[in-house]
Amino acid sequence: MSKKYDAGVKEYRDTYWTPDYVPLDTDLLACFKCTGQEGVPREEVAAAVAAESSTGTWSTVWSELLTDLEFYKGRCYRIEDVPGDKESFYAFIAYPLDLFEEGSITNVLTSLVGNVFGFKALRHLRLEDIRFPMAFIKTCGGPPNGIVVERDRLNKYGRPLLGCTIKPKLGLSGKNYGRVVYECLRGGLDLTKDDENINSQPFQRWRERFEFVAEAVKLAQQETGEVKGHYLNCTATTPEEMYERAEFAKELDMPIIMHDYITGGFTANTGLANWCRKNGMLLHIHRAMHAVIDRHPKHGIHFRVLAKCLRLSGGDQLHTGTVVGKLEGDRQTTLGYIDNLRESFVPEDRSRGNFFDQDWGSMPGVFAVASGGIHVWHMPALLAIFGDDSCLQFGGGTHGHPWGSAAGAAANRVALEACVKARNAGREIEKESRDILMEAAKHSPELAIALETWKEIKFEFDTVDKLDVQQ
Amino acid sequence: MPFQSTVGDYQTVATLETFGFLPPMTQDEIYDQIAYIIAQGWSPVIEHVHPSGSMQTYWSYWKLPFFGEKDLNVVVNELEACHRAYPDHHVRMVGYDAYTQSQGTAFVVFEGR
Repeated sequence: MSKKYDAGVKEYRDTYWTPDYVPLDTDLLACFKCTGQEGVPREEVAAAVAAESSTGTWSTVWSELLTDLEFYKGRCYRIEDVPGDKESFYAFIAYPLDLFEEGSITNVLTSLVGNVFGFKALRHLRLEDIRFPMAFIKTCGGPPNGIVVERDRLNKYGRPLLGCTIKPKLGLSGKNYGRVVYECLRGGLDLTKDDENINSQPFQRWRERFEFVAEAVKLAQQETGEVKGHYLNCTATTPEEMYERAEFAKELDMPIIMHDYITGGFTANTGLANWCRKNGMLLHIHRAMHAVIDRHPKHGIHFRVLAKCLRLSGGDQLHTGTVVGKLEGDRQTTLGYIDNLRESFVPEDRSRGNFFDQDWGSMPGVFAVASGGIHVWHMPALLAIFGDDSCLQFGGGTHGHPWGSAAGAAANRVALEACVKARNAGREIEKESRDILMEAAKHSPELAIALETWKEIKFEFDTVDKLDVQQ
Repeated sequence: MPFQSTVGDYQTVATLETFGFLPPMTQDEIYDQIAYIIAQGWSPVIEHVHPSGSMQTYWSYWKLPFFGEKDLNVVVNELEACHRAYPDHHVRMVGYDAYTQSQGTAFVVFEGR
């Protein structure tokens, strides 16, 4: 039956709060942590979020009656308390599939975290999780290669990949930079990385870097007999320049390139991932700017959402924090989102911060990259937390070795392999970490010196963003 | 003498991927690693190649993958038989994971000369 146009301002909850609604398998579900202005009822706040992130606007408009909004509107179907927090609550919202362009993460985020975040009736708003329906996942390209293919290309099995970022992060000439890459790789690392802010600056234009790095990678590979690579950062000013750099990396026969997916943007990232899939290139993903968005416990977007978005947009490796190093990250939360990078099904588990069952179907997995303020003493914990399908990156922990980067690399490689061997033999590597490392150091002067150099360094600060559990 | 007073010269070594940076394993240590492969539900696979071909993707199978083999001694005997038949070849132990269609692990047990 047709409706009559009734101009004016209606309460959002009359239209968008539907507690009886049973979400469809094809709905995209989102969980927001809402903190409303004082005096605004929860249902009104939640309904406003549903409305403003889907079909609604502040006023009733005549043109709504030209369509069937019941078919297109987002609905808040559940409200829950946040444990241990009286002023905030969780709002669960279901969005019909047809609100989103196929395969477009850009489009999903423009809707879900667009205008609504500036909405005055809210003091804070945080997107905690998204359940992507299989019908949407199947329209996304996902990782250009995935974990299995990456292992086959790099010939690395039964252990995490070992890498490091080249330091100093800015200011080296192309030739000096290539030297540091060579030192790391000949010392036993699998992969080295451009720092995220290395693009194409006056002190080192990108082509210069690519050529010297390619020579370093090939030489190290020849001398060690192992497969090596370097993440050549293709993040650039324009998409055209990004593709030009990617093409040149391919011309040089390099196995892997890199992109910064948040500063570069999802459209650029999805495009580059598609290029990588077409050209047999591995893609390493950095996440600069993420902490601006994900660190505040009440406002922004949780990193688990950004991680899921990356898996859909495309990347073969993604930075996830280290839990133990210099950067923020709680252990359970980190485990929750690395599951979402690597597994084909992740069940709802609030103790890991996962609000929904998430079925990934046949989408390939993404390596979890742990990088930032880690050194050999952290190795047992890193292996226990991240498992084999990870890439452990020691920057200062490689170049800071008193004998230089090659010896630092060897120390890390020995430590990693000793931990893997001990784990496989049934030892409790976190409890026995000291013994395992000291035993390994008997055969490796490089490791003995590394253990001595970093013995006092710890980063014991409390996590700012914790899981919402009753203390 | 403090550590910092001496800078050592790190010499590049040619290695054979996983466990390449550890000293050769004792027999018991090799048994532990094979037991791990079996405990994961992976199939033991033995591969060998002349050292000149160590960077090839495909090494020769020794027989066929030992699908479903749970007996540690059978695997160890096969490893030794392979090594006797190809004493100058690298011989590696692979744990093949049919679920991921990937190698759960792979490491060289005998290094050829």
